[in-house]
Amino acid sequence: MAIKLKAKEKKGVLQIKALMNHPMETGQRKDSKGEKIPAHYISDVVIQVNDKDVITANWGASISKNPYLSVEVAGKKGDKVKLSWTDNKGESDSAEAEAG
Amino acid sequence: MKRRTFLQGTLTASAAGLAAGAGLLTPGAVMADGHGGGDMAAAFKLDNYAAAMEAIGAKDAAESGDIKIKAPEIAENGAVVPVTISTEMEGVTQIAMVVTENPTPLAAVFNMTEGAQAMASTRLKMGKTSDMVAVVTAGDKSFMAKQEIKVTIGGCGG
Repeated sequence: MAIKLKAKEKKGVLQIKALMNHPMETGQRKDSKGEKIPAHYISDVVIQVNDKDVITANWGASISKNPYLSVEVAGKKGDKVKLSWTDNKGESDSAEAEAG
Repeated sequence: MKRRTFLQGTLTASAAGLAAGAGLLTPGAVMADGHGGGDMAAAFKLDNYAAAMEAIGAKDAAESGDIKIKAPEIAENGAVVPVTISTEMEGVTQIAMVVTENPTPLAAVFNMTEGAQAMASTRLKMGKTSDMVAVVTAGDKSFMAKQEIKVTIGGCGG
């Protein structure tokens, strides 16, 4: 599990890009024995700037494996950007980056 | 006696009708949950487009030309379809992505607070050729736009 997080300031807007390591299993796939692989996907993503929630996202299993996310929020260089996710099994991860 | 049988029949039928009605209400209940910012999980398990749209409060969403969808017309690999939704609309509080033909059509809901730009970009899985529906909520009203994405190799099977 790991997250790559980047935030770049351009004209007062932070361009936030993130790549998360996650299998994003839909629950529809079957393994080699023909048994269904249980659904396992990120269900909640929170993006904070300077400790304040700016974007929260709810996801389903239709998001691709190792999800990519890009959003834009108002901000300035040096702002602290944090991304956290929680999946449907209750696992979670987070990463922080300083806007450059 | 015949009349009695008939009446009993009607009663049974209406009870079944009520039960069905209760079943149909489920997406509405999900919506009540989701819009409070609470548990949206159930909405992502709905297996049809209409229910998914209702769950995100977009049943009556008006088509809008102000929503921009950036996505390929043909996706060679349905496992990774890049999609970007953006709009110039003011006061956007929510952007949602719905893939009509996926087993669970609701893919993503982004909740925007003040300061967030009305833009969201991610990559979606698509089982087969389908419409990608973008739903934007601004000022308590929902708007939608759609684009068909042709999928050469599906991304949901095993």
